[in-house]
Amino acid sequence: MGIISRGFSGRSREHNPDLPPGQYLAEDFPVLSAGPTPDIDTADWSFRVQTESGKQYTWSWDEMQALGLEEIHTDIHCVTRWSKLGTSWRGISLDKIFAGIETENAYVMAHSYGGYTTNVPLEDLLDGKAWIATEYDGEPLDPEHGGPARLLVPHLYFWKSAKWVNGLRMMETDDPGFWEQNGYHLYGDPWLEQRYW
Amino acid sequence: MVDVPGWGGNLAGQHLDLRLTAPDGYTAVRSYSIASAGPGDRVELAVDKFPDGEVSPYLVDDIQKGDELELRGPLGGWFVWKPEQTESVQLIGGGSGVVPLIAMVRSHAASGSTAPFRLLYSVRTPQDVFFADELRALAESSPYFDLNFVYTRAVPANWPSKPGRISREILEASTYPASISPAVFVCGPTGFVESVANILVALGHEPTSVKTERFGGK
Amino acid sequence: MMPRHVDGNALAGPLSDLFAFDVTCASGRCVGCGDVTVLARAMVYEDEMGFVARCHLCDSMLLTVVRTADGAWLDLQGISGLHVAL
Repeated sequence: MGIISRGFSGRSREHNPDLPPGQYLAEDFPVLSAGPTPDIDTADWSFRVQTESGKQYTWSWDEMQALGLEEIHTDIHCVTRWSKLGTSWRGISLDKIFAGIETENAYVMAHSYGGYTTNVPLEDLLDGKAWIATEYDGEPLDPEHGGPARLLVPHLYFWKSAKWVNGLRMMETDDPGFWEQNGYHLYGDPWLEQRYW
Repeated sequence: MVDVPGWGGNLAGQHLDLRLTAPDGYTAVRSYSIASAGPGDRVELAVDKFPDGEVSPYLVDDIQKGDELELRGPLGGWFVWKPEQTESVQLIGGGSGVVPLIAMVRSHAASGSTAPFRLLYSVRTPQDVFFADELRALAESSPYFDLNFVYTRAVPANWPSKPGRISREILEASTYPASISPAVFVCGPTGFVESVANILVALGHEPTSVKTERFGGK
Repeated sequence: MMPRHVDGNALAGPLSDLFAFDVTCASGRCVGCGDVTVLARAMVYEDEMGFVARCHLCDSMLLTVVRTADGAWLDLQGISGLHVAL
């Protein structure tokens, strides 16, 4: 550790049992971006799941919405140490998307407009644990925050909740996505502080 | 002003990274341009306070004379001006983006350089001008340094134009033309730098002769 | 919307821990479009997870730097060659 900066505390990091270790409470909703924000019209948006057989399942925006939106109230935890408690979203459960999909693979690579990828085990996307979120706080999801649609996997660090998501590719092995190739943890459980390899 | 034992001086236009550490080990790192240039272990910074920021309010309001800081630098060998350069130099700064350009103006004056220098400084109001007296004094005393202002929110009394953003017309009127092939340095917020650099290229400047330094505003 | 990136100059600090020379003054060839230019001209996204440098012409990813708990990860897969003035 370097020199302690007298009087510097940074963001407030009060103790709160809802906060995973090493996290502080964010008032705002910080925006992280590794590239330009894509501008995607819902008329052009589509979502694709590709399985090991090469088979592709696709949904247009309207087809996705027709699967039915759920209300989601959840805490989110970013690896850059901010957490936001009690956030409200609406989205499509991935259980509905996977209902008609045949796959033996246990891992998923999420793909996004703009080229971002992140890997998640399939079981972490099922049983009411993950959504394709299209609304935040009663409004259509802002492009800055991943709109029109982002993956929402709130029990893992928030980089797993890929912004601008447009597809899932089934994988036999747990191959690393973009940040996972660059030193971040393959799984990313905030309660175990799985930040880096 | 920061005294940095062993600093050993820096080139005009370089920056440094400053790290603050809280008692519980939390750290924050930010980059700042250096307003001073040349040899010596004393470094001058000028910091714009972002009220919602976590570092700049500390640097502006809380830090006291005698406090220690942890820093890394000098950094960056690209966005720099060296006294041995003889070509004309056009500097364009937006807000606190003027800081590394101030270092270049100071280095130019201190070295007795006869390279023609011109600074176009875009700033909110006359009260927001960094190093105002020093800049005006240099512009009055040196035949090799011209100073122009663009005010975006409020203008001084008797100013010939209304406040407004930097435009193609202003750049044509108040900067060296592409025909004399000046070295151009542009520094400021990302949106400012983006629009100025695009206009300069449209006015015929070689993209490679326009050096930019954007800052995000954290 | 405000563009969020800064310039390649901003990499001078994070890369000074990894290289003995100023990499921002070296010229790199973009794997995406073949353009060769100094790294200082790249577009750098200072995502708090890490630094992502993209080609100023074609937006391709040039390099990423991530500070981890015990070191740094440097990924150069978007740069097919680096010219360093000696």
